[in-house]
Amino acid sequence: MRKQIEGSRAVAETVALCRPQVICAYPITPQTHIVEALGEMAGSRNLQPCEFINVESEFAALSVAIGASAAGARAYTATASQGLLYMAEAVYNASGLGLPIVMTIGNRAIGAPINIWNDHSDSMALRDAGWIQLYAETNQEAADQHIQAFRLAEELSCPVMVCMDGFILTHAYEPVDIPVQQQVDDWLPAFDPRQVLDPAEPISIGAMVGPEAFLEVRYLAHHKQVRALERIPQLSEDFRKSFGRDSGGLLRSYRVENAETIVVALGSVNGTIQEVVDEMRVHGHSIGSLSITCFRPFPREALRAALAGARRVVVIEKSLAVGSGGILSADVQMALAGRGTRLYTVIAGLGGRAVTRTSLQRCFEQAIADRLELLTFLDLDTRLIIRHLERERLRRRSGPVAENLLHDIDLIAAQIG
Amino acid sequence: MASQPIKFFQTGTFTIGNRLLPEAARSIQSDPLRANSLNCGHRACQGCGEALGARYAIDAAIRAAQGKLIVANATGCLEVFSTPYPESSWQIPWMHSLFGNAAAVATGIAAAMKVKGRTDVRVVAQGGDGGTADIGLACLSGMFERADDVLFICYDNEAYMNTGVQRSSATPPAARTATTPATGGQRGARFGQGKNLPLIAMAHHISYVATASVGDLRDLEAKVEKAIGMGGARYIHVHVPCPLGWGSAPHDTIKVARAAMESGLFPIMEAEHGEVIGRRLIRKKLPVEEYLKLQKRFAHLFSPVRDAAAIAAIQAIADGNIRKFGLMEEHQQ
Amino acid sequence: MSHPFAATLEVGSSLVNRTGSWRTERPVYVSRMPPCNHACPAGEEVQLWLYHAESGDYQAAWKTLVKRNPFPATMGRICYHPCESQCNRGQLDQSVNIHAVERFLGDEAIRRNWQFERTASPTGKHILVVGAGPCGLSAAYQLSRLGHDVTVHEAGPLAGGMMQFGIPKYRLPREILNAEIARIEAGGVNILLNENVDDLADVVASSRFNAVFLATGAQIAKRAWIPAGDASRIVDALQFLRESGIGEPPSLGRRVIIIGGGNTAMDAARTARRLGATDALIVYRRTREKMPAHEQELQEALEEGIKVKWLSTIKAAEGQSITVEKMRLNSAGFPEPTGEFETIEADSVVLALGQDTDLDFLRNVKGLEFEDGLVKMDGNMMTGYPGIFAGGDVVPSERTATVAIGHGRKAALCMDAYLRNAAPEPESTLELASFDRLNTWYYSDAPKTVQSVLDTVRRQTTFAEVIAGLDESNALFEARRCLSCGNCFACDNCYGVCPDNAVIKSKNGQGYRFNYDFCKGCGLCAAECPCGAIRMEPEEI
Repeated sequence: MRKQIEGSRAVAETVALCRPQVICAYPITPQTHIVEALGEMAGSRNLQPCEFINVESEFAALSVAIGASAAGARAYTATASQGLLYMAEAVYNASGLGLPIVMTIGNRAIGAPINIWNDHSDSMALRDAGWIQLYAETNQEAADQHIQAFRLAEELSCPVMVCMDGFILTHAYEPVDIPVQQQVDDWLPAFDPRQVLDPAEPISIGAMVGPEAFLEVRYLAHHKQVRALERIPQLSEDFRKSFGRDSGGLLRSYRVENAETIVVALGSVNGTIQEVVDEMRVHGHSIGSLSITCFRPFPREALRAALAGARRVVVIEKSLAVGSGGILSADVQMALAGRGTRLYTVIAGLGGRAVTRTSLQRCFEQAIADRLELLTFLDLDTRLIIRHLERERLRRRSGPVAENLLHDIDLIAAQIG
Repeated sequence: MASQPIKFFQTGTFTIGNRLLPEAARSIQSDPLRANSLNCGHRACQGCGEALGARYAIDAAIRAAQGKLIVANATGCLEVFSTPYPESSWQIPWMHSLFGNAAAVATGIAAAMKVKGRTDVRVVAQGGDGGTADIGLACLSGMFERADDVLFICYDNEAYMNTGVQRSSATPPAARTATTPATGGQRGARFGQGKNLPLIAMAHHISYVATASVGDLRDLEAKVEKAIGMGGARYIHVHVPCPLGWGSAPHDTIKVARAAMESGLFPIMEAEHGEVIGRRLIRKKLPVEEYLKLQKRFAHLFSPVRDAAAIAAIQAIADGNIRKFGLMEEHQQ
Repeated sequence: MSHPFAATLEVGSSLVNRTGSWRTERPVYVSRMPPCNHACPAGEEVQLWLYHAESGDYQAAWKTLVKRNPFPATMGRICYHPCESQCNRGQLDQSVNIHAVERFLGDEAIRRNWQFERTASPTGKHILVVGAGPCGLSAAYQLSRLGHDVTVHEAGPLAGGMMQFGIPKYRLPREILNAEIARIEAGGVNILLNENVDDLADVVASSRFNAVFLATGAQIAKRAWIPAGDASRIVDALQFLRESGIGEPPSLGRRVIIIGGGNTAMDAARTARRLGATDALIVYRRTREKMPAHEQELQEALEEGIKVKWLSTIKAAEGQSITVEKMRLNSAGFPEPTGEFETIEADSVVLALGQDTDLDFLRNVKGLEFEDGLVKMDGNMMTGYPGIFAGGDVVPSERTATVAIGHGRKAALCMDAYLRNAAPEPESTLELASFDRLNTWYYSDAPKTVQSVLDTVRRQTTFAEVIAGLDESNALFEARRCLSCGNCFACDNCYGVCPDNAVIKSKNGQGYRFNYDFCKGCGLCAAECPCGAIRMEPEEI
């Protein structure tokens, strides 16, 4: 049923349709509305049987999910930012044990300085933790990806993160088509665990593995994700047949036909990028864009094929590998290995900084003119930076960066005023 | 508390078994067909108190749960020596996730059992003192306050043994560990530090809290059986000497555990809903020295010169326990 | 279902890891010699029969007991139980009341009419035992059990020797003794009474017997030369006790002096008391500490109003009085005269100075050797004449019924070996299960059960048995006080305390064995074995 609904609520209602048996809830902005809604449903008869557990931390949240999943229950939790890092150890553990947990990430920056707004630093920090990472472009896709995530996770015995941009998606009211229970039940079979803690057939889960087999364990984890690269498009297609929508898959291209320049990005920023592409196409630019909906496993071959005709690629990154540059870019670079394609990395939208069409268009135009820096920080306030660096040069101990910058913003504003 | 023999049976219930007792009154460990939940071939050190305590406890839990038991295990000696790839010593459905999350994992397992309607399956979480009192305390406290249907068993060997004997919050005063050396001004762990986890557990008003020791099998078995039969969050804290970390002889493991009980340093009691309801009386009171002298971790209290003040301070701790928990007849009301 | 690689394992798969290779010492189940067994002159396996009694299987206990001693009801009464003074439990609280349990078993056997089973098939060998005292009957019983045809020649009118004629009835009711003798006869031993052997050489010459055992004892009272007037009444203790025993006691008067410090002196004094002596005084030349009588006998005598004059020796008896000289101990601990004299009123004097043997019947047997009036024998109790063995009071030894029974059994085994032309079984060389081998934590606290004692007034006037037996529950309690020193009593401690499950308990609950594939040699089993039945032995590396 299509309804105007908050993104978090849409995800919560869809997750509920997937009949999770154990839900672990711990509040953290901007994910909180999801577990709140699920708690409300678990409290009523809408979501039964289900154990909704208010835990004491994100570490406990995922740990409870780990126990539940190992005991054969479909387990779900959601988190963001600091919370994801706090459970980092358990994130690795869940995948290492092959437990098909589904977890929503309401993507948010990581402190310090503490910041509740959106970027991809959190999920990027755990991109190599062995989980499948799906990135939603819209709330509809976020909702749909959860249905696919449970099936994918349980087929592969591998946990899946569905990443949706904090606030931009989680708190946005958009029309979302929420399926009916029967549709989901028909598409998503009951959880049939690959391994389960069962007194009738005891096993020991979680052995210590030494050098003699650890590499093989890791190789098999990698192999599992490579297999997922085949399975994800199939599931997406299967989903389309049942639900009548394109959702998920590995990547989605937009107006890339004969495009000399292709912009690559993760998540909701693709919507803005597509608007800019439309605008620039009107002005005769040969530009298209590509939304990567599955970041782990990284769809290298699909991407290589999709970028085959491009002369240059601009990667819009909502995260920063400090001291290095782009994270997504590095993977895109590998996909383009051996080609002469020019690759620009644009760091944008960190900590909730608005990514405007104007800035993007200026940026793309510079790229098309090959005047863009290979690593660009979109809308970086260079006046602030210069001022601070100058101060630092004069005084070795110049105080906290953030406070100084805020002070400078006031000063500048006052001067303007 | 262990049942008091009415008739005289030579060794009564002090020994593991007793051919003179009726079958029903015999211990689980004396059964030739006992579960041996922790199988031969595990890699625990010689005379390991934790290996012994874990088999005692889990065998008892298996019997109480009529075989329907799932165990979550924190990282630590017990986990490492029992499940190094490619061999597992466990004969039960068992899971190790992380160091600090055993209680939460068990909560998840219990939730799964509940949601699947498997109320017949009982869930135990277990770990060492580090995984319980230190890194695992947050998850444990959460499990407690939610009254999750989990029995948590802590095998307390009073330090981080798996990593090479470092101090934990369960390390007793004056004990030498790798991080509380017996050199310089501070000799061994400081007085006035550390935490009493059974009391912390009791403060959660959970249905059952008990202390036990590998020095008193009957008591341990009775408590595990009782705890398995109860609902909600339950906690049993088992004292398990570590020959390696304590510097005691492998053959003295039980003797050391016994001395801890009989000196009053490790009080054996049980509590329901935050109130002490029973205690094991000291049978033959020992001065703390008899306990300390068996262990090299306290050797600096006796050599090169006797540290009378420290010994007296430890004796005061034991005497305080005796008073507080009423461990001797004259303290009984 | 295919499990994840490596991180998920099959349960119980650690059996491939043989941790036994870590071991530097291995535990071994051993049997150590319990101090009670070690101390028993009759060679009783006390701990073993107590083990059966503990479980309430009194018949099994009795059967085990009588393998070594056919007189449990008798010896449970009259033995001075050296087992109890060595009992390790004495160091814990009080020694196990072994003799009382033995007596209970013996009485139970009489009450239930349990009989000996003849196990061995007949050997066709004929053996003569001379003398039906404890030594002769013990030998006869053992030889009969071994399948030999045994005839006992007893010169007296009743079998039992000193048990029949020397021990007062208040210590040993005769129906008890006679029941146990009758059981030996019923078991196949032929006892001929009033059958004096005048000359053993004739018997040997007749070739009727393949072997002979001499157990004639020592019945000739030692006499001291005492200047005595005509009116003085002097008897020897043995004669006095014998006549009293058959109901024809001599008249001693009210004031009776008993000379001597052994158990016979105590028996004589206590018997005199019961026969009406108001003043029974024991005169002994040394101190109480040096007195050979058993402390309990002395204690009971004192309770019954008997007086003792220490460090005194009789010098003369004249009419209604005797003269004693005071003694003092010299530096070597021997008494020497002081020259101080004292006169004591006395109606009669009983001499209890010990006994000599009468070996005249051996005079014509060639090869026999004698020393100090006793028969010389080799380590296997054989005399200088092949086939003739000797034991009890005719050979050098401590003269108690218990020792005699032990001699009888040992001689029987040696004779049996001799008749089979084999070497006798060597004696046990088991290491002693001393107190420090035990882990006494495990034993329940339990003080000794005290046997009820007859009221003192009745003791002074009747020959009723002074000390009562235990009832069933007390006997069971007492048996269960046994620590089972040095011998497994199936407490399961080893099985339970092994952190490596390396002790296998047999499914029927009987017995254990070590699984050396997994035993790491920590030694917990040995340390926590209550009774010291596990030894750690260095592993050969």
